[in-house]
Amino acid sequence: MIATEKKVFTRSPVLTPKITHYCPGCGHGVVHRLVAEAIEHYGIRERTVCVAPVGCSVLIYKYIDVDMSEAAHGRAPAVATGIKRARPNLFVMTYQGDGDLAAIGTAEIIHAANRGENISVIFVNNAVYGMTGGQMAPTTILGQKTTTTPTGRSANEGPPIKVCEMLSTMDAPSYIARVTVDKPAAVRKAKRAIITAFGRQLDNKGFSLVEILSPCPTYWRLPPVKAVKRIEEWMVHTFPLGVYKDKEAANADNKQS
Amino acid sequence: MTKVLMSGNDAVVEGAIRAGVDCYFGYPITPQNEIIAGMAARLLPLGRVFLQSESELAAISMVHGAAAAGKRAMTTSSSPGVSLMQEGISYLAGSRLPAVIVNIQRGGPGLGNIAPAQGDYFQATRGGGNGDYRTIVLAPDSAQEMLDFTFQAFDLADQYRSPVIVLSDGRLGQMMEPVELRDPPARKRVKKPWALTGAKDRDAFFVCSLRLPVPELAEHNRVLDKVFREIERREPRAEAYRTDDARLVFTGYGACARLCREAVDLLRDEGLKAGLLRPITLWPFPHKKLLASLKKAKTLVVIELSYGQMLDDVRLAVEGRVPIEFLGYAGGEAPSIKELVALGRKLLKKSSRKKASKGKRR
Repeated sequence: MIATEKKVFTRSPVLTPKITHYCPGCGHGVVHRLVAEAIEHYGIRERTVCVAPVGCSVLIYKYIDVDMSEAAHGRAPAVATGIKRARPNLFVMTYQGDGDLAAIGTAEIIHAANRGENISVIFVNNAVYGMTGGQMAPTTILGQKTTTTPTGRSANEGPPIKVCEMLSTMDAPSYIARVTVDKPAAVRKAKRAIITAFGRQLDNKGFSLVEILSPCPTYWRLPPVKAVKRIEEWMVHTFPLGVYKDKEAANADNKQS
Repeated sequence: MTKVLMSGNDAVVEGAIRAGVDCYFGYPITPQNEIIAGMAARLLPLGRVFLQSESELAAISMVHGAAAAGKRAMTTSSSPGVSLMQEGISYLAGSRLPAVIVNIQRGGPGLGNIAPAQGDYFQATRGGGNGDYRTIVLAPDSAQEMLDFTFQAFDLADQYRSPVIVLSDGRLGQMMEPVELRDPPARKRVKKPWALTGAKDRDAFFVCSLRLPVPELAEHNRVLDKVFREIERREPRAEAYRTDDARLVFTGYGACARLCREAVDLLRDEGLKAGLLRPITLWPFPHKKLLASLKKAKTLVVIELSYGQMLDDVRLAVEGRVPIEFLGYAGGEAPSIKELVALGRKLLKKSSRKKASKGKRR
């Protein structure tokens, strides 16, 4: 007896059928897919505006089929604020890397979070500058070698910035979580986090951010398989996974008790 | 029509409201704080968007977002704050987004002081940020024009899909004058089919300055250049005051033009033929109008509250046709009318003596 074919995967129509420019083993491709699937999940493609960052994912507009705006390096949360305030019915998100969000755009992300700006932020942390060729990022881990920390990041540069921990001290944000995409189970968890984050905006609950620990084999100088393993072996110790802030869960707990 | 005594800064608020500004984003800085406070007071009750940003970098980026969403957006600041905004202004220009930026200039460079000055002429008229672009620059010389030009800046921005700068200074911003609360002549409101509204029943848009392939960026720059040339043809504005038979022409913009106008009247009272050519658009600079005002002129006097910035544009326009005298001031200083009259008298008598002696030799 011949088993009938069972379709196990379909490309989200929110993703364009293009081959990405990302390096083999880069996490951006997976994260793009999850973002597209979350947009599809809510059926909001036709009212989504994504603000693209400066960095490797500056070309995101080629891969996710929604309206897009550019932003200067680091300013994506400010541009998103302008769009969301101008047209509150749009679903507005930013997609930012670690240099963009945690170095040059620190002021913009902190203040957008602190205002409880009703936007959703996808923060891809791979602990290195990719587009410019492997320099130290604000999230580069102590001891990690980059072109600008040739002997490894040290006290000279200070320890890495922990964005989720920092932003979760604020009252306004609705949902802040750190996930990764190093295994199928983690990818599914990441997707749930992104769906939760997007839902907060759609429910007018305010600011949400999902940080995604993502491999950069090229500038970690590792083959893709080893790079993926490094996340569990090495990156999660500095950047523990988990939900850092969840106002809705806290509200539910308060109601129960 | 009603006239109300108000400051130039308050007139900016009035002009913006009348132009239908949808979104205002700004950061406090002296001497423009009446504008940000006025915007908060006026916009919030109207249900329009007002937000105090965390910096000028953020303010101009918020303007970028609102403009990309097709709304009328503006910000205001003063010199050091406008320097920070240059990043965003370059992105607006590159993305072809309309926006209005009002600069209530103060003394520089650096922190300088909060006294009125005109040291940002180059920054405003040469693009200011990175890359090859220009922005229309309107220079009011009264509280009335602060209202009128802010209003008109929105139409110009929409028409050319470009940021427009209103370049004023602390003197005009703080000074109170009777202002007619009016809608100045408006242009036809243009549609914004390029705006980010969600990709419903159309392809997704990407509003950007980014053009990675060389031929694409080259073509984009050609398109921008075409727009700038069109602006240069259509938009130069200047006021010619008593220049028809003037032997001596003063030129200065903004607050300087007010001083010159008075000096011209006093010189005329003495029977001396003085006039004023006041550039209203600093870019495009009114080359032709300046030349036309010099038909009978023996001397041109350039006055600015900076050290020879507008002077460059004047030289390019005049191309050596008449001798140029230059008076520059900075740090909040400005000439007195008495000084200008004395200078005018000296220059006019000198040129008439020259003429007389030439006659004798013949």
